[in-house]
Amino acid sequence: MPVISTHPDSVPVVSWRFGKGAVSIDKYIELEGYQAARKCLELGPDGIIGEMKASNLRGRGGAGFPTGMKWSFVPKQSAKPKYVLVNGDESEPGTCKDRLIFEHDPHSVIEGTLIAGLSVQARMGFIYLRGEYRYLLRIMERAVDEAYAKGFLGKNIFGSGIDFDIVTQTGAGAYEVGEESALMESLEGKRGIPRIRPPFPAVVGLYGGPTIINNAETIATVPHIFRIGAAEYAKIGTERNGGTRLFCLSGHLERPGVYELPMGYNLKKMIYEVGGGIPGGKKLKAVVPGGSSTPVLLPEEIDIGMDFDQVGKAGSMLGSGGVVVLDEDVCMVEFALRTMKFYRHESCGWCIPCREGTDWLEKSLTRLHAGGAVDKDIDNIRYLAENMLGRTFCPLGDAAAMPTIAFVKKFRKEFEDHLEGRGCPKHRVPEAALV
Amino acid sequence: MADVTFTVDGRKLTAPAGTLLIEACRAHGIEIPAFCYYPGLSLQAACRMCVVRIEKMPKLQTACTTTVAEGMIVTTESPEIAQARKATIELLLGNHPLDCPVCDAGGECELQDMTFKYGAHESKFVEIKQHREEQQWSPVVFFDRPRCILCYRCVRVCGEGMDVWALGIQNRGAGSVIAPNKQDHLECEECGMCIDICPVGALTSGTYRYKTRPWEMSHIGTVCTHCGDGCKTTLGVRRSNDGMDIVRGDNRDKSGINGDFLCIKGRYAFDFTERDDRLTKPLVRQSDGQLKPVTWEEAIDFAGKKLREIRDARGGKAIGVIGSNRTTNEEAYLLQKFARTVLGTNNIDHHRTTDYPAFVQALAGKPEASLRDFATAKAVLLIGGDATEQHPGLAWQIRTAVRLHGARLYVANHELIKLRRQATHFLEIGENDYASLAAYLGGDDAALSGDKATAFREGLRKEESLLVVFGAEYRGKAIEALVKLGSTLPNVKFACLGDHANARGASDMGLYPDLLPGYVPVTAGGTFAAEYGVEIGLGDLKADASRTHGLPAQPGLDMIQMFDAAERGELGALLVVGSNPVARYGIDAAVLKNTFVIAQDLFLTETAQLADVVFPAASLYEKSGTATNTFGDVQLVKKAADKAGVRTDFEIIVRLGAAMGADVRQLVPFGKAGVRADMGQARGAQSGEADRHGVWLAAHHLEPKLSPFDPFAIFDEIQRLVPAYDVSRLDLLAGNDQHVKPALVQITAAGARRDLVLPTNDTLFTSGTLGRYSRMLGSVMEARKPAETTAAE
Amino acid sequence: MSTATTIFSPELAARFDKLVTLYPVKRSALVPMLLYAQDEVGYLSDAVVAEVAERIGITELDVRNVISYYSLLRTKPAGKYHVQVCTNICCMLRGGNEILEHCKKSLGVANKGVTADGVFSLEEVECIGACSWAPAAQVNYDFHENLTPESMDKVLAEYRAKAGGGK
Ligand SMILES: Cc1cc2nc3c(=O)[nH]c(=O)nc-3n(C[C@H](O)[C@H](O)[C@H](O)COP(=O)(O)O)c2cc1C
Ligand code: SF4
Ligand code: FES
Repeated sequence: MPVISTHPDSVPVVSWRFGKGAVSIDKYIELEGYQAARKCLELGPDGIIGEMKASNLRGRGGAGFPTGMKWSFVPKQSAKPKYVLVNGDESEPGTCKDRLIFEHDPHSVIEGTLIAGLSVQARMGFIYLRGEYRYLLRIMERAVDEAYAKGFLGKNIFGSGIDFDIVTQTGAGAYEVGEESALMESLEGKRGIPRIRPPFPAVVGLYGGPTIINNAETIATVPHIFRIGAAEYAKIGTERNGGTRLFCLSGHLERPGVYELPMGYNLKKMIYEVGGGIPGGKKLKAVVPGGSSTPVLLPEEIDIGMDFDQVGKAGSMLGSGGVVVLDEDVCMVEFALRTMKFYRHESCGWCIPCREGTDWLEKSLTRLHAGGAVDKDIDNIRYLAENMLGRTFCPLGDAAAMPTIAFVKKFRKEFEDHLEGRGCPKHRVPEAALV
Repeated sequence: MADVTFTVDGRKLTAPAGTLLIEACRAHGIEIPAFCYYPGLSLQAACRMCVVRIEKMPKLQTACTTTVAEGMIVTTESPEIAQARKATIELLLGNHPLDCPVCDAGGECELQDMTFKYGAHESKFVEIKQHREEQQWSPVVFFDRPRCILCYRCVRVCGEGMDVWALGIQNRGAGSVIAPNKQDHLECEECGMCIDICPVGALTSGTYRYKTRPWEMSHIGTVCTHCGDGCKTTLGVRRSNDGMDIVRGDNRDKSGINGDFLCIKGRYAFDFTERDDRLTKPLVRQSDGQLKPVTWEEAIDFAGKKLREIRDARGGKAIGVIGSNRTTNEEAYLLQKFARTVLGTNNIDHHRTTDYPAFVQALAGKPEASLRDFATAKAVLLIGGDATEQHPGLAWQIRTAVRLHGARLYVANHELIKLRRQATHFLEIGENDYASLAAYLGGDDAALSGDKATAFREGLRKEESLLVVFGAEYRGKAIEALVKLGSTLPNVKFACLGDHANARGASDMGLYPDLLPGYVPVTAGGTFAAEYGVEIGLGDLKADASRTHGLPAQPGLDMIQMFDAAERGELGALLVVGSNPVARYGIDAAVLKNTFVIAQDLFLTETAQLADVVFPAASLYEKSGTATNTFGDVQLVKKAADKAGVRTDFEIIVRLGAAMGADVRQLVPFGKAGVRADMGQARGAQSGEADRHGVWLAAHHLEPKLSPFDPFAIFDEIQRLVPAYDVSRLDLLAGNDQHVKPALVQITAAGARRDLVLPTNDTLFTSGTLGRYSRMLGSVMEARKPAETTAAE
Repeated sequence: MSTATTIFSPELAARFDKLVTLYPVKRSALVPMLLYAQDEVGYLSDAVVAEVAERIGITELDVRNVISYYSLLRTKPAGKYHVQVCTNICCMLRGGNEILEHCKKSLGVANKGVTADGVFSLEEVECIGACSWAPAAQVNYDFHENLTPESMDKVLAEYRAKAGGGK
């Protein structure tokens, strides 16, 4: 069972209860659990949203949209029922943080869902886990049952006269279903094809009703904000980037793991101090700072604070918090190829640029890596990616294009080394590429 | 909605708020390319071809999902946009087989057109294309996967449009594929909508594939010869050794009353024209009892002489005439004129599939609904029949109204017909409850009971406008009752459902023993006699060979009475035009043994087999004229195909008349002053030369010459005598459907007429006798057999 | 749906009866239902598709459209233990490909193959959410992380023992 990793710089907010037995509701209550929900019942919708705005919490799903503002977009009056949808589809390569939350503190997700519901007067919430996390469904289902038994869910919660239900379920293997509108389709029993926007989920979402959709970490953070106070929470992070974040350190590190660190924590420090540096005394080659969809950073670009704005300024994105570290021996063509193979596999196929673009990019990269490429292929790879960017139906196309463009731009020389029948200078050619 | 003003490519445009940008642009002649967008189907934004630049938006936007807004500034063509579209096409072509030279869609392929426009001619890929074998999904539908660009039009038209939902999308990403509902084959209504809507050649039809290239065909829009909806079908024809062959039927220009729709019959069941057993030579029964091919002259002379002998010897009452539900109005009209004035008999009838006389009488000038009206109706009351099977065009229109305009549909039926799925109210009634239903709706609370019936009636009473359409369950008095009650609601229009392409025309044109054209009783035929230049009631008396006979004033024998008379040996001759009463009414061969039978038909039907003379007739696709659908929409029938050897029924009747010694000019007033010619349509001409010919003649004050075989020579007469047909001739000739005029019809006691209605009860895959000669319909039924037998087990 | 005609166990049938009532629309139960059915039957057979379609009230085509979208759903049987090795970037960096190759060798099957005794099947999969504990694999729904070829052998041996027999 994976656990949270710690470092002296760790600031346990979301992970505060991890490892303390809070999976059981009694322990959770003992650790100030469900106090936030009670508080929010008193605060009422406007009060809750005010606090959320003050916390400067930004969505942990990838785009970093201010959560309080998102909730405020839900119309007060609605003919259709409103819903809360918790996105636990966590499938972005490099990301494995939501899993820890579900495993160690399921009630924080339930309590967060409840508070989100109270903030917009929704009466039903859904917690959707990725299909691969089926073992977590059992944990979540048990936790939900406990909450029902205590009267925290169901009819007349906390004796407030308000009803609130939560349904938990898993997906069945599809990265695209993490995209919010595709997630709603999936939850409605359909293929995970994203929806046309506008209308946005806050207005027309699940079953046509106004819907709050947030990442599981975002939701799990909510009760903690009310536990420690919005101002306190905001103070932990940087400007407009409140609080902490679960960073998933992976790749070539001495101490990979999921660490809870303040927003804005220095990336270089994260790699060399928190993560323990590169094994074998090797040199750093590149860092993917926020999950596979984010453009790669060079060693000279990593002396930055890890918040949405600073990483953005550095030409990449904070994304889902998956920091992937690459040492000097990595073949960037192979890495780019493996990344593209993923997007090709996960493209829903709805729109032409992404469906065909990922397919052709994978083919071209495969050929380049195997030594079958000619000069113009490198430009062609870039051309393909650039023509996908901003042209697809949903952001998956961008997620495939952006890192590719960065790989070619920043490692062009290495791409060229694969030309003229040479193939990968570093590796034996993977068998797959030969067939 | 209020109009908004916006700018596209520097032009200030206005459109109602909420209009899709792509539509607003199209309306102003600015064409934005699109693969996945299709008017009336749900939005996809999948192909990304329609991207445009909208000021203040960071990315290119899809015009197919953007609604116009006040002050919006749009660019639809720019290097950036062209590049985006080009890149999309390059991606599509990456795995496309580029087999355009052998592709059915070559020359009319949207992918080809776009490639041409955006110049994606350089291949960026060297990978081997993934080949996949073409699959046959049904007798109608073939699928060539590598050509598919996944625009999902087929999936949507099948589901949303047809309510069949037989196509799906399987797998994901680059593996996505259109899939049929039975894993390796389709079980559906075989309408072919998916094929016609396919922008490329991925879906092709069993009839058309690999037959020809689009540019080798001429395209003639005419009226379908099958059911009573009278859909427009555009026939693609190509010259062959024995005339003009039909190679394709489609509905691409969507200009007909059927809008987007055609069913399997309209699209594919033209193949009877090309059958090997099609009659192409007249046959005359020899002394040895065998039918033997003879020349036209021989056959006409023989038949004419026999008819004249019988008429002169035994009088008109010894001759019977049976007309057709599929010939043109002009032919039906001419046939009754021939029967009454040349043969001197009112013994004329046709296979009645519904009670039109009772209907028009009940209407008494109240408005009738056109097929077009249904697509935009606010509310529809559908009683009886199964429109999906018998009137697929109507079913489409109704579904369209419900789907796109939120129409409310009230269905009452004794079966769980498919259209109940669109119904706001579905009322299941007993098979014999139709009269009670009418009574109940009319206010008789005792006639029906139950909450559903109450809600049904309550709902109807709230409607502010309503189309009432009913099946052949209603006849005579029942129709009267229904129309009466309907008239108590505001803004009601009616429609009565009969079978076959021109059943309504046959009825309107007086193929009845007691009714003249326009439902004028034979006892009151004064104007007709005047027009025909004959006297009334002299039919049997003046057996004078040199003259046309007078108009008989006593009702003649109906269909059943004619066969009874034949059995008694009292019917000397029977002329059957485009009808198969022997099979339809189960007539024993012995009944006709003492009757001289002449049959005009396409095939040696059960009736033709008993005939003494058989004339090979042209089908509706091989002639011109007009036809009237069951809704009273009059449409131009254009000659599309040609078959060496056959003649139109019009010509055969005229020549029979001539052979009998009748004055042809009197039969067909082709030389009469004031008779206007058509503009070449009668000759099957389309545009260009023929039109110029007509215009030139008119400009030189020359009367276009009409031949006695020209149906338009008689259309004027119809328009004079039948007020309902006094429609705009210009519009009609231009190919626009014209609705019959509401007319007062005074039939005495129409409700008391003998009920001879015998609905055909066709399905989607049958079409009376004619349908049996369509190989496509036959193979579909064959393909469905095992499924149905297993289901029944 | 009466339990008499179901192809599922009474417990599962009862679960399904409840599942369709949990959501505002019945169809929402489709994906969970398919997963439970697959867990019990081993794969989504034609009979499963037919019954699920009937329970949800949609066409079999519709059910198949959905099944074919999701990578965890399968219409052919897999081994009793389905070994899913991640080779996505984080695992790749830490030896995921080697683990996959190793499994191929020790199980004697290729990617997507099933062992002759039906005990194991092998599949190379995309990121399974174990990036910080890479390389990782899942056997059915159980995670195995920080793998080495040796520890992978141990994992396989455990399952083989559970299947009731040595090789
Ligand atoms: C292709 C794609 C995959 C995504 N996957 C996830 C995911 O697995 N989990 C997640 O929380 N958000 C994911 N997102 C982002 C969601 O669309 C959405 O922005 C997010 O759930 C909002 O939550 P937040 O505001 O709390 O960040 C994905 C987006 C895209 C385009
Ligand atoms: S970009 Fe297009 S094909 Fe790709 S996942 Fe999004 S909608 Fe599907
Ligand atoms: S027409 Fe707009 S995306 Fe296809």
